[in-house]
Amino acid sequence: MKETVISIRELTKRFGRFTAVDRISFDVYKGEIFGFLGANGAGKTTAMRMLCGLSFPTSGNGTVAGFDVMREGEMIKRHIGYMSQRFSLYDDLTVMENIRLFAGIYKLTPYRTRRRAVELLSRLNFLNERHTLVGALPLGWKQKLAFSIATLHRPEIVFLDEPTGGVDPITRRQFWELIYEEANRGTTVFVTTHYMDEAEYCARVSIMVDGEVRALDTPAALKRQFAANSMDEVFRTIARGAKRAE
Amino acid sequence: MNTNIAHFIRKESLHILRDKRTLLIVLLQPAVMLLLFGFAISTEVNDVRVAAVAPHRTEGVTEAIDRVAHNPNFTFYGYIRQNEIDDVLRRGDVTAVVVFADDYDRAMIQAAQGQTVTPPIQIVVDASNTNIAGTASAYLQNILLGTASAQSLFETRLLYNPQMKSAYNFVPGIMGIIFILVCAMMTSVSIVREKEVGTMEVLLVSPVRPTKIILAKMIPYFAISCVTLAIILLISRFVLDIPMSGGIGGIVFVSLVYLALALALGLLISTFARTQIAAWMVSAVVMLMPMIMLSGMLFPIENLPLVLQPLTCAVPARWYISVMRKMMIEGLPLDAVLLELSVLCFMLLAVLGLAFKKFNDKLE
Amino acid sequence: MNVIEINRLSKAYGQVQALDEVSFSVARGELFGLIGPDGAGKTTLFRLLTTLISPDSGAASVEGLDTVSDYRRIRETVGYMPGRFSLYPDLTVEENLNFFAALFGTHVQDAYDLVAPIYRQIEPFKNRRAGKLSGGMKQKLALSCALIHRPSVLFLDEPTTGVDAVSRSEFWDMLANLKTKGITMLVSTPYMDEAQRCDRIALCNEGRILGIDTPAGIVSRFDSRLYAVSAGNMFDLLQTARTFEGVAACYPFGSTHHIVAGENFDAAALTGYLQANGLADVRIEQRVPTIEDVFIKLMQR
Repeated sequence: MKETVISIRELTKRFGRFTAVDRISFDVYKGEIFGFLGANGAGKTTAMRMLCGLSFPTSGNGTVAGFDVMREGEMIKRHIGYMSQRFSLYDDLTVMENIRLFAGIYKLTPYRTRRRAVELLSRLNFLNERHTLVGALPLGWKQKLAFSIATLHRPEIVFLDEPTGGVDPITRRQFWELIYEEANRGTTVFVTTHYMDEAEYCARVSIMVDGEVRALDTPAALKRQFAANSMDEVFRTIARGAKRAE
Repeated sequence: MNTNIAHFIRKESLHILRDKRTLLIVLLQPAVMLLLFGFAISTEVNDVRVAAVAPHRTEGVTEAIDRVAHNPNFTFYGYIRQNEIDDVLRRGDVTAVVVFADDYDRAMIQAAQGQTVTPPIQIVVDASNTNIAGTASAYLQNILLGTASAQSLFETRLLYNPQMKSAYNFVPGIMGIIFILVCAMMTSVSIVREKEVGTMEVLLVSPVRPTKIILAKMIPYFAISCVTLAIILLISRFVLDIPMSGGIGGIVFVSLVYLALALALGLLISTFARTQIAAWMVSAVVMLMPMIMLSGMLFPIENLPLVLQPLTCAVPARWYISVMRKMMIEGLPLDAVLLELSVLCFMLLAVLGLAFKKFNDKLE
Repeated sequence: MNVIEINRLSKAYGQVQALDEVSFSVARGELFGLIGPDGAGKTTLFRLLTTLISPDSGAASVEGLDTVSDYRRIRETVGYMPGRFSLYPDLTVEENLNFFAALFGTHVQDAYDLVAPIYRQIEPFKNRRAGKLSGGMKQKLALSCALIHRPSVLFLDEPTTGVDAVSRSEFWDMLANLKTKGITMLVSTPYMDEAQRCDRIALCNEGRILGIDTPAGIVSRFDSRLYAVSAGNMFDLLQTARTFEGVAACYPFGSTHHIVAGENFDAAALTGYLQANGLADVRIEQRVPTIEDVFIKLMQR
């Protein structure tokens, strides 16, 4: 029996009369790379905000890292890592200052902060860049650094919101290798992306349309089910039926 | 291609109308500020309670007290004993106590004959509010002494604002600041918003000349400012009873020049500010602070340290406020403010020229 | 005749060389793609061609007009859709369209045949504020606005970034349709799979052009054999395959890893090596390279 780290049932979020997320249910297992796909406006962002403890569901129930999504948002935040494409690090602080800041936010002891920092910097070959302003780093480097910092406190789950947007093909792959490594260590990775080849890297993929989860399985099984050659085709087949006027 | 400026203005007006909250603030703020300064945060003498200490209630004393009691600004509390003065002041029952000397009548007569006498009246004032204390005692002196039967020992005449209404002083200052807030801040933020959103790129790549873009931006904000001006003038005239004896035409004309100058300043800010926040900060902090401190609105320019005095010449509001004081309160005609007017015109041309020069049709 | 001519164009922002001696040309009616990640210099190139900025050195012309000396006339003939959402979010769909028509001194009706196929899809929402539209619809409105003055050349800077796969594909269908009307288009995208929709592409990275050709031509430049390999544990597979002699490169590629064959590469030997290292279900087969494979190879050079 696999250990579940996210387990949600009938999770719903309404804004007035608009149902952004409509009774979604799924489990995510420990150490899994879980792809969370969806068309624009399908409700991905809203769903992810609920899972991260940033907003409370209108109805439904579930746990993330063992904490109740309806009541324990603050506890959830302490046990997860989060990285988005838009904001991740402070451009006007150096690499090391960013590391120290986030270590402080998650209350790492000075000893652990130092150890993790050295570990992280040598893994990324960043030791010489530790006093460089983050703003001066190329985008791909920034994203790799942001990911490493998001996992600095060894969270059980790390949420990645379109982490590789605009990144070159080589750096994008290096980024995914970091993800693999983190997953191998037992961290659960919950990731959204618009690159369909990246969907193939995931252990399982869910696809949201019109606020509902329409498909959820391994990429191989989804391709069989929809008689498709690639995840791109699978996605298009499912998302084409979207009714929500985007 | 001249038809499209109308479309530009229409589009700009739509932006303004869609942002109801800002529009409301812009239109209500002047009224609120004027009324606030005019009534609530008043430094003027209003309903000041006065008690009197008089060993002998002679004819001279009762006459003087009658004058105080009948003055709309003062309320007569009653006669008290010498040893009660401290109590009534401390309890806040009265703001001032008038103490008549034993030989008040005789001293007044002697004084009227030109003899030197020891002052026959003492005024004790609660000075915890220095503004009221100063004005009340000065006004009180005036009332007590300015009578036919007893010639005063000295005479203070209050010109232009004989009732010493503080709203009179604040109106020109508020006008000077509100127009900068509305015009400069709103224009600069609206232009910079287009840079931030990315629409400026499309506008620049179109064949429309930058001059047209600028003009189209300025016109609707100019119109709003005119509404604001009308509101301020109406409130000043009919609610605050400011005479405006210098002629309404001149007041409006100088105000329009100042409005245009404020718009031009907004434009200039927008040429170097990259974000809406930056534009807002520059208009609010960098421009507003010196304007409040150095325009003569709060502190008379003659009272400023000598090093700062020349700096005030560079503050547009200083000149405008001076014009409005002269024309709205002193009642001087337009030709008495030609210096200020020409300084404002010169500033307008300089700022506008600089803004047009800096607002190029490239992104760099 | 070439509609766009670019000759050794360079532009630097401070220390960063955004564009480094770039040269190429685009023929009339061509759908030309600039493929590359962020920081490749795509936006800088667009701004130079739309005359928003001036080059440090080199020259470029659009419709025979120099981008520096004749910039006013260029602005009358080109359509431009910048990378960011370039509409007024507080104006409705219709108001946006009318405004952009007025901007060019024309009317919506004058370009209706050109705009209609795109605009009709968003017309039901014409009274909705543009800020409330979804990514795909915003993109359609922005394209409609860029076409309103019947430009002969259209510049589209990353029109499909941040848009889902279905909307992206629809967008390229619209561009294909515009191509039949004879409009020359220069489109940039960070998505390698979209390169197939272009007549010719330029692969760019860090201000330089790695290669220019038709999509098929670019792929034919890949001069090594390429294999797709998969196994039970994909992460171990990656690590192990890289240690095998004859593997020039190994990187994740969709559901498999791609292996670029070096000298003396032997697929059967690799299978044995992987199995010997404890990997199960090893599958290996030769593959036709994609544009992304070419890009990776050119980047590493």
